[in-house]
Amino acid sequence: MAAVPAALEKSGQPGGPALSAAGLRARTDWLPHVVIWAGILFTAFPLYLIFVASTLTPMEIAQAPMPLVPGSELVANYSQALFTGSTGRYLSPPVTQMLVNSLIMALVITFGKILVSVISAYAVVFFQFPLRMFFFWMIFITLMLPVEVRILPTYKVVSDLGMLNTYAGLTIPLIASATATLLFRQLFLTIPDELVEAAKIDGAGPMRFFRDVVLPLSRTNIAALFVILFIFGWNQYLWPLLMTTSQSMDTIVIGIKKMIGTGDALTDWHIVMATTMLAMLPPVVVVVLMQRAFVRGLVEPEK
Amino acid sequence: MQRKVIFNNRLLPYLLLAPQLAITLVFFFWPAGQAVYMSVLHQDAFGHSVRFAGLDNFAAVLGDPDYLKAVWRTTYFSVAVIVFSLVPALLLAVMADRVIRGATLYKTIIIIPYAIAPAVAGVLWLFLFNPAVGVVAYGIKAAGVAWNPTLDGAHAMLLVIIAASWKHISVAFLFFLAGLQAIPRSLLEAASIDGASEMRKFWTIIFPLLSPTTFFLLVTGVVYAFFDTFGIIHAVTAGGPAKATEVLVYKVYYDGVLSLNLGGSSAQSVILMAIVIALTAIQFRYIDRKVHY
Repeated sequence: MAAVPAALEKSGQPGGPALSAAGLRARTDWLPHVVIWAGILFTAFPLYLIFVASTLTPMEIAQAPMPLVPGSELVANYSQALFTGSTGRYLSPPVTQMLVNSLIMALVITFGKILVSVISAYAVVFFQFPLRMFFFWMIFITLMLPVEVRILPTYKVVSDLGMLNTYAGLTIPLIASATATLLFRQLFLTIPDELVEAAKIDGAGPMRFFRDVVLPLSRTNIAALFVILFIFGWNQYLWPLLMTTSQSMDTIVIGIKKMIGTGDALTDWHIVMATTMLAMLPPVVVVVLMQRAFVRGLVEPEK
Repeated sequence: MQRKVIFNNRLLPYLLLAPQLAITLVFFFWPAGQAVYMSVLHQDAFGHSVRFAGLDNFAAVLGDPDYLKAVWRTTYFSVAVIVFSLVPALLLAVMADRVIRGATLYKTIIIIPYAIAPAVAGVLWLFLFNPAVGVVAYGIKAAGVAWNPTLDGAHAMLLVIIAASWKHISVAFLFFLAGLQAIPRSLLEAASIDGASEMRKFWTIIFPLLSPTTFFLLVTGVVYAFFDTFGIIHAVTAGGPAKATEVLVYKVYYDGVLSLNLGGSSAQSVILMAIVIALTAIQFRYIDRKVHY
């Protein structure tokens, strides 16, 4: 697109000296790249520094400023983080265990949310029954009740149910999702009536129609939701902070917070940085690999 | 709202709705009700005495200079985060929209922070700005500033604003880019033929046509800055030093979970709930215009 308007611009300036028109054209060519590279630098340079720090010895990090090229401790730091954990002022469990906790939490939340919301949207769209709209609004209103505004009472409910320090407590309460239900509802409303008629004439019941028609049609939406919800689940912070007290239940995000404490000089920065890399890796890989589905899912639905 | 052709089944729809409704009732409505209920009660931290307090808790919260300071701090923090994320995101999106070669690669790198947990983004910047070992802190100190976010409230605030903005640019960038790509090319080409400069095209065509996206991002930006940044604040500064970074959400957590001031924390929760409800209502009221201009 850039080339055409620039060329038109040139012809659109009658009498302008040829030199400055050419200069203008050149400017429009390099300016976007310069700005974007500045943005990329601001985005990626911090990540690069974290990677470098995760390959250095504690002494190399402590000598300010630390080296800006990777050191020799990559294998040593990551294997210490993964299999031993932080051994500085705070003794952490091995990061492998935290990764397992995070993975369980992220996957249960992701698939739980998708399953629960796809069937509830199906009920709301394809059936007529008493209180249908009442239930729909009940689900809708949960958008307005994020955990942050009901911290203490939610904690009390989970504790009364004996779900503190369990995977169930970590995941089930987060599985209800108004956003995903609304997204599926939107999609289901676009399925042509003829398709439903045809299925009914062929003798397909509601569950058969759901499995053979609705689910295959929802594939793209499910892929997009997978990315968004995996990141949502993996990155949970306040919820695990409240619901788990036992070290064995620490997710990797909570584990990092515990390792840095107040961030003073005694922090095991080389291990913390290796752990930070490990905490970022799974959600970043998911976003990068599934970028197309993700962008479509994030930007397009009108919720 | 409702399809013409539907299935007839009495029990099935209830069964399909049951899991979602059960979770919603137990973990959303019941606790939210409890928050409202506790906000009108007065009780001590051990639950020995409970009495009806009416709006006393709200009066106490709203009359508390600390709370008002937190309101002001949250406003200041939110405005800063929104400005420092939306402005660069818009600039980057406008530039990325002009580029053909390498656009996919640029986009892939810029969206990475979206995938990073707020608390982890916080730790990343905490490390870079750490007065003892941080690379950026070293640069700042070399420039003659006595940089120390663990002692200086303004430094701590700047640190959490940078971390929160850095993470939010990615989302805003994606929405702006999608908005830009929806602008008809013919409009921009017509303007070019008429001799409009890039600046003029931006202010007279692009920016007005982007206003639904901008509005949407402003509302969701407030939600992000108010609520989603809890992880950053908790991991980086824990509200300190001396409450310099204690925003409203952190205060609810601190007063309720750490100080066990149940009535006060619940009243704060209810106030926050009102803010979320208002923001959600605004968002849905205008959401249609986001896509159809």
